[in-house]
This record gives sequence, structure tokens and C-alpha cells, in this order.
Amino acid sequence: MSILTVSNLTKQFGGLVAVNSVDITVEKGSITAVIGPNGAGKTTFFNLITGVYQPDKGNVQLGSTSLIGKKPHDIARQGIARTFQNIRLFSNITVLENVMVGLHKQLRAGLVGTLFQTKTVREEEKRAQEEAYHWLEYVGLAKHLNEDAQNLSYGAQRRLEIARALATKPKLLLLDEPAAGMNPRETRELTEFIHRMREDLDVTIILIEHDMKLVMEISEQIFVLDHGEKIAEGKPAEIRNNVKVIEAYLGKSAVTPA
Amino acid sequence: MHKLTNKLKGNKLAQIILLVLYVLVTSLSLYLAQASVTAFLLLLFSLLLLYYTELPDRLKWVIAGVVLIGVIPFVSSTGPGYQSYMEVATVVGIYVAMALGLNIVVGLAGLLDLGFVAFFAIGAYTYGIFATGQAANFMPFGDFPLSGESFWIFILIGCFVAALFGVLLGIPVLRVKGDYLAIVTLGFGEIIRIVFNNLDKPVNITNGAMGLASVKPPEIFGYQFVYPNQFYFIVLAILLFVILAVRRFEYSKIGRSWKAVRENEIAAQSMGIHLVRTKLLAFAIGASFSGMMGVVFAAKQTFVDPTSFTLLESITILVMVILGGMGSVPGVILGAAVITILNLQVLTEVTNYLNQLSLNGVISFPEALAPAKMQRFIFGAILIVFAIYRPQGLIPAKNPVFDEESLKEGSKKHRKDQITVEPDKGFQA
Ligand SMILES: Nc1ncnc2c1ncn2[C@@H]1O[C@H](COP(=O)(O)OP(=O)(O)O)[C@@H](O)[C@H]1O
Ligand SMILES: [Mg+2]
Repeated sequence: MSILTVSNLTKQFGGLVAVNSVDITVEKGSITAVIGPNGAGKTTFFNLITGVYQPDKGNVQLGSTSLIGKKPHDIARQGIARTFQNIRLFSNITVLENVMVGLHKQLRAGLVGTLFQTKTVREEEKRAQEEAYHWLEYVGLAKHLNEDAQNLSYGAQRRLEIARALATKPKLLLLDEPAAGMNPRETRELTEFIHRMREDLDVTIILIEHDMKLVMEISEQIFVLDHGEKIAEGKPAEIRNNVKVIEAYLGKSAVTPA
Repeated sequence: MHKLTNKLKGNKLAQIILLVLYVLVTSLSLYLAQASVTAFLLLLFSLLLLYYTELPDRLKWVIAGVVLIGVIPFVSSTGPGYQSYMEVATVVGIYVAMALGLNIVVGLAGLLDLGFVAFFAIGAYTYGIFATGQAANFMPFGDFPLSGESFWIFILIGCFVAALFGVLLGIPVLRVKGDYLAIVTLGFGEIIRIVFNNLDKPVNITNGAMGLASVKPPEIFGYQFVYPNQFYFIVLAILLFVILAVRRFEYSKIGRSWKAVRENEIAAQSMGIHLVRTKLLAFAIGASFSGMMGVVFAAKQTFVDPTSFTLLESITILVMVILGGMGSVPGVILGAAVITILNLQVLTEVTNYLNQLSLNGVISFPEALAPAKMQRFIFGAILIVFAIYRPQGLIPAKNPVFDEESLKEGSKKHRKDQITVEPDKGFQA
């Protein structure tokens, strides 16, 4: 059963076609990778799914609901969460509060309840703290709960972004270059962790990644973008030997020696 | 000095004894000395000391209550300066509430607003128009001026009307960000003032530049509020509500969504936060505090005209927030108190003193440097010094500290719900 169906998706920035008639179907519960050279349109593709940009053409469907025209916060409420290539944490608040923001859409506290600190509101707040802490434990950041997010190490910041995304209880999780800047050991741990998330949390994962070892090891399906177009799709083994893909990464001369 | 503070740290008894001593000494000197501004300021300063003690929060509130409700009004009541002290304290209270309102907008939600005084004006005119004969000019029914007993309801009405205008301003304005937002809000502030200045025709609603005179003083069970020492308690009550509200909002779902929007709009939205609604709420709540105090201001002055609501006022309130510490409730309270007292008391005193000196021929100032003209200059210089040495403000904002042990216990429940792995497997910290 497919959870995400993207058809004919197109986005232009001035004269530049950043995403060009892309069709993609993602199976529920799968791990999918989107790869391609820098500037291929991968991040733009994520931004179109999550409503940061509106597409010029095409359709994005989560289950049976179209996401076109929806605002980012609506799409988050539909069950899509993401991390960002250039980390976007709430830098000046604590690690725990960052995750608590992820719980935002599950919390019911209103203006009046907050003002009078009703029992329901106090209990809900307490539960939110506990649940946020639980997500920190899950990604291994529990002991940093009271630090400002900006003081975390780079790898820890990436993990915090994941914890925050998980707190929204997503059906579909988009990871934009989660291993960027990580050392080999951290990357290995991340690979394991992504597997674990899928097992534990019943979530479908799409990731953009440059680390080919990670991509080949983890994904059941790979899409390759180049200059905004989807140039290949398939299982890791198929992509590895795809002529177009090698061309895109290494240039024509790598395939057809002069 | 360091040794002393180190010794005091952790010793609550010593802290409380010192604090009580301090309050006693300053109150006594205020009680005995006739109209001593210094003693009055030192007495106010005890609240800051109180903030820095390590006493439990509840006790701090009680002590603050005793000082504000009992000690200050009582010990200043004997001297000839009584009403002027109470006036200063009342004005401080009004500005503190406004600065706390602006702090929600600027400090928590990160929206630079340069026209904040508009909401104060709206509150003031809301009461001013109906508590004078003015309303009779355009209201088809009713008997105006309304009696002073309506004042209490007007605090609420001022609150809601200002909040409404906060939303109305927000809807068009929130399309722009950062510096542009600052300019647009500045424009809004000026527009409101100019509208009030010109709304005497075709229908005379605000009485234009002439202003509204003889605003009815508040009244309850035949008891009238006319003197600063009476308004002092009204302001104190509203201020208590405002501080309570601000603290509760700050550490709630609402406060977190403000901070999230301030820190990163795109990430906030991707967590399901409705950007426009969150910003509008910040505008509305911030404005509502100003609106309430506007009503009090109109009643206290018994006179409202547009000159009280200039751009300089907006900037002064913003300075209070920045000087105190953006996003920091105790900081903003201190900032508002410092700036108000500086403006009302210290700078005036200094100017008077210098004037005296030059009158007596001790020193002579060239015309261009006349002390009265130097007030703004000194004010500016002080701000620059603070900006250099305390860029985070007098009391920088602090994040809450969560108790790890209790969260650890609680989080086990959630683990049972959904996840069965040990937390520290896999991803190592
Ligand atoms: N907001 C934008 N305005 C203009 N051009 C953009 C914008 N976002 C992305 N682009 C352009 O679109 C192309 C694809 O960018 P991006 O999706 O970030 O690539 P990738 O993530 O694959 O490296 C690039 O040429 C980039 O410069
Ligand atoms: Mg990218």
C-alpha cells in the first residue's frame, strides 16, 4: 500500500526548473532514499511535500488526502515530520523544550486553561515533559535535557531534530541529509538507528543522503534526481549499476571513455 | 564583596535577616527624613534584593506583597512627598505592565513593534470618551458621562478593545518580517495617534487636539479614587494579574510556540504551529495589558489628549524591554522601573541640582548645554553604556530547569505505550 504519491510535481524558481515533472510512489513502512548531485532539487522536493513551497504543477498525496494548497502546519498535522539539511533548532530554548514543541499539536491547553492553570492543563504539561524526556532517551540525549539547544554538538543537534520530529508522531518522516557532518562511527550508529525507528514506531522514512554506503545499506528503494528530473528509480543493486546515475555523478566521460 | 556574597549563598536565614534589616533601615529613613527621594528609591530597591535571595518563591511573593501593600504606602505616608512618591510608584506600575505586554511581542514572539503605545492610547480613549460627555456627541442612546463606577468594567473593556486592535493590526502587518515589521508598526502607532488627533470631525468622537477633560474618577460604593495613593492600589492589583498571566503563558504550550516562532519560523510550522494565529495571539495579549493600563491612565490623569502617545513613548517602552532583558520577566520589570524612575525622578533631580548650581553661580553652562536640554543626552548615554556592558539586559532571560529524576520516572509510562527498547541502545550520546 502506498502512503505517498507524488505525480508530475514541478517547481520553478525564475528560469530554473528546480523540480521537473517528478513522479514518485512510496510504500507504507518502507525506507526510501532520494539521491542526486548537489543542486539536483532534493531539498526543494522535500519543501514541496511539506508545504514550505507551493508547486507550480502536479500533485502530492498522503494516503488519500491531497496536500496541495495546504500550509506547512496543516501538513504537519496530517502526519508528516521532517528534519532540515541546515539544522533548524530552536537554539535559545532548552533541549527538552525543543522536543515539547514537537508535541504541540497533541496538547489541548487553551488560553483560559493556561491562565487559570487548571488541573487538566497542569497534568497535560507534566505529561508533555515526560513524553519529551522519553524521546530524548530514545535518541540518547536525555542527560542534555536542560542545555540550550545551540550548545549541543553537531551530531547531537541532528539527533535532537529527529527527536523533535518523532514527538509529532509522524506517519511519514523526511530526513534531509541526516549523516552530513558525522564521522564514520556516528554514521554507522545512525544507520542502525534509522532501522530501529522503523521497527519501533511504524513510520515510513524518506531520506536524502550523500553517504552511498548508508544509502545502499538502508534503503529498499532509491530515487535519483538530477537537474530536477527523476533519472532513475529502483532497488540499491539496480541503482548501483545504472548508467545514467553514474553519468550524473561522475560525468559522461566516466561511462563512455573518449 | 565576593567573599560576602559567597558566604551568603545557601544561607537563607542570613539572607532573610539582611533583607528585613535593609527594609527596616530604608523605611525608617524614609519615615524620618522628610521627602527623601534617595530613601524612597532604596526602599524600592529592596524588591530587587528580594528577587536575588534564595528564598522559596511563595515566601518571596508574600514578602513582596508586604513591602508593596504595607511598608511602602505606610512609611511614605508621613512626609510631604507622600503623593509624589505614590505617583512615581503608580507610573512605574503602569509602565511595568506595558513593558511586560511588549515583552510578549518582542521578547517572546520576536516581533519588533515600534508602535506599541497605540494600544495604551486605545485603552485611554476607550474610557476617556465614555467617562466624559464626549460620547453624547455620537451615541444615539445612553446617558453620558458614565459614572465612575463603570471604570471597573472598562478595565475589561479596554483590555478587549486593545486586544481586538492588536489582532486588526496584526492581520495586515504580519505579512512582513523583521525590519519591515518594525516600520509598519511604527506607522500604525502614528496613524492611531493622528486619527485620535483628527477625529473631531465630521463627528466629534475624540475632541481632537483639545483632548478629553474631566474624565470621571473611579468610584465604588460612593468611594472615589482621585489621589495617587489610591490609584497605587488599583495599579498594583492589575499588575499582579499581569505578572501572573505572563509567567503562566511563558511556560506553557502558548509560550513555547511564541519562542519557537521567534527562533525559527519554518521549523515551528513544521511542528504544526499555526504561524499567523500564534503571532496574532502575542499581539492581542500584549496589547490587552496596555489597554487595561490605558484605562487607568485616563482615570488617573482625568485628561486624555494625543500628545501622551507619541513615538517617543513607544520607543521608551521598547527600551525598557531591551534594557531589562528581552524575554525576561524580572528583567523587564526592573528595566521598566529603572527607566521610569530615571525619567521621572533621577534626571529631574539632577537637572534641578545643576540648575541650582548655575543659579548660585557655582558653575555656568553655555546656553546650548543647559541642564534641561541635557536630560535626554544623559538618558541616551546611560543606554549606550548598558548596551555595551550588558547586551543581554539587566537580568537576562533564563530557561526553565527541569527535574530529571521525576521525568525519568514519568517517561517509563510512555515507553510502555509504544516502545520496548532500552533507551541507550543504538544511538550513543
Ligand atoms: N528559494 C529558492 N529560490 C531560488 N532558487 C532556489 C531556491 N531553493 C532552491 N533553489 C535552487 O534550486 C536548485 C535545487 O536546490 P536544492 O533543492 O536545494 O538542491 P539539493 O538539495 O538537491 O542540493 C538549486 O539550483 C538551488 O539554487
Ligand atoms: Mg539539499
